[in-house]
Amino acid sequence: MMDRYPLWLTAFIYLCILVFLTFVLLPFFEMFMASLRPLEHLFRSPYQFWSDDFSFRAYVQMWDTVPLLGRYILNSVYIAGMVTGITMIFVIPAAYAYARLEFPFKNLSLGIFLGVNMFTGAVLLIPLYRVLQTLGLLNTYWAMIVPGIAFLIPTGIWLLRSYLEKIPRELEEAAFVDGASRLYTLRRVVLPLAVPGLIVVGTAIFIGAYAQQFLFAITFNQQRELQPLPAGLFEFVGYQSVTWNEMMAAALTGVLPVMLIFLFLQKYLVAGLTAGAVKE
Amino acid sequence: MAELTADITATPKKRPRLKVNESVFAWLLIAPAMIFIGVIVAWPLVETVRLSFTNANLGGEEWVGLENYRELADSRRFHQTIGRTFTWMFFSVCLKLVLGLIGATLLNAKVPGKALFRVLVMPPWVIPIAIGMIGWLWLYNGHFGILSGTAMRLGIIDGPFEFLAYKNSAYWSTVVADVWVGVPMVTLFFLAAMQGVPTDLYEAAYVDGASRWYRFRRITIPQIFPVIVSMMLLSAIFTFNSFEIIWILTEGGPRSATTTLIIDTYKTAIGNFKFGEGAARAVVIVILLSLFSLTYLFILNRLNKRFGSK
Repeated sequence: MMDRYPLWLTAFIYLCILVFLTFVLLPFFEMFMASLRPLEHLFRSPYQFWSDDFSFRAYVQMWDTVPLLGRYILNSVYIAGMVTGITMIFVIPAAYAYARLEFPFKNLSLGIFLGVNMFTGAVLLIPLYRVLQTLGLLNTYWAMIVPGIAFLIPTGIWLLRSYLEKIPRELEEAAFVDGASRLYTLRRVVLPLAVPGLIVVGTAIFIGAYAQQFLFAITFNQQRELQPLPAGLFEFVGYQSVTWNEMMAAALTGVLPVMLIFLFLQKYLVAGLTAGAVKE
Repeated sequence: MAELTADITATPKKRPRLKVNESVFAWLLIAPAMIFIGVIVAWPLVETVRLSFTNANLGGEEWVGLENYRELADSRRFHQTIGRTFTWMFFSVCLKLVLGLIGATLLNAKVPGKALFRVLVMPPWVIPIAIGMIGWLWLYNGHFGILSGTAMRLGIIDGPFEFLAYKNSAYWSTVVADVWVGVPMVTLFFLAAMQGVPTDLYEAAYVDGASRWYRFRRITIPQIFPVIVSMMLLSAIFTFNSFEIIWILTEGGPRSATTTLIIDTYKTAIGNFKFGEGAARAVVIVILLSLFSLTYLFILNRLNKRFGSK
């Protein structure tokens, strides 16, 4: 009853949502339109919104024009995958400790972790460059993986901790009573129960890792074959004659992997990420 | 119950030993992550501070004391950069909060299709910023972008308008692009907070004849206020750190109109290989960010006390 709107209000709400979504989706729409336009029509003057010869040819041709496109996408997925896997290895034990155990400097150390979120890599680039140089990692995949892990560990710990806190303690206590060790309990009782949470946190980290590659790639890697998609495409912008329609097609194709993963899991992801906003 | 209490008191000697074990075990679990962060973040941070007292460049480094900082303090350009960073951040954060609040209210409305709308808001949050910016590059293009094109068709402007070519328009264009990147997250957090507001509050107000607007003002806003404050400070930190958006759209130009502290630092250190001078700028950033975070923690503490979050 309270939530029933008069007709004019419903119409107004839809209109506002339309305007809002237009703002959010306009760049995607524009990229898609540009990708459909034949190259000679892209630069047509005066501006024409509709071309009568839209085609998907750019989506085929781009693989020839940018021979490394497939490689870029694979690189992106590979780097994000490695970052996710390794980050989880660091995050799971730490998140468990923060969710379950009492120990000295608990809040302080958690604060230090979260403090890392304050910085982006940009502030630390100079010494980070040297660290990677010393370790001999420049111009390898690791140059983009290692810093990526460091900046995702805090988020991972934070998200996973709130998941683990929801698992009933009684189950662990039952295992203790039966004489199981702490590590055994973590491995055999807590982790299996946390699988949904692990998937959500892992996906969030994967998306984050997929999104953050640009800065590390343009700074720490000069090998073209190793470049992730955003950096590879950006380099492509600098070419003499940019085939923009193919570039847009490539950009859209490149975000497809994350968009798909995201669509499947969006409900859980959003609930997990915004958990802090809801009072319990 | 009596049995339970007896049970606990029956093993008092075991407790302290278990506590030590637990602490050691906890730190063992945290240590790998801590060490990793230490090597990749903490140590470079210390190193940045050290470098800021040197004139390090490709050729080597020499201790120059406070020279870099003195230069920054005297540089009018640097003052302008700081001012610009703050105004840029101010506009962007305000717009994000206002749009986020509007968006969350819209998505919270009980209309058919709301689940779909929620999903449609998210893409800018999910995709790499660099890719979104390629779209914005195209949008802002005077000759073939939809914005200038439509404006020409409608007769608002005579010729093509290059959004990124003029100081003022480039400044606002980057603000809009930054808002675009940040709005989905803010919207979804506000939405989650709004959905957490107990419905009986609204029902009681409704029964008392409170209007929709009144309910929004006197129930929704106060109830989600802690989240508004968190989002304000988090977006401030993100916006302050925003690099890719400006770098891809304008590289800080035209004529420094969009050069924020982060861009300035990157240009100095990585672009011109003046590591020492870049490090001094980075230290300024770290100090400013720490001030933000302390304010954040302080306000959060006050809010928690006032609103009694557990």
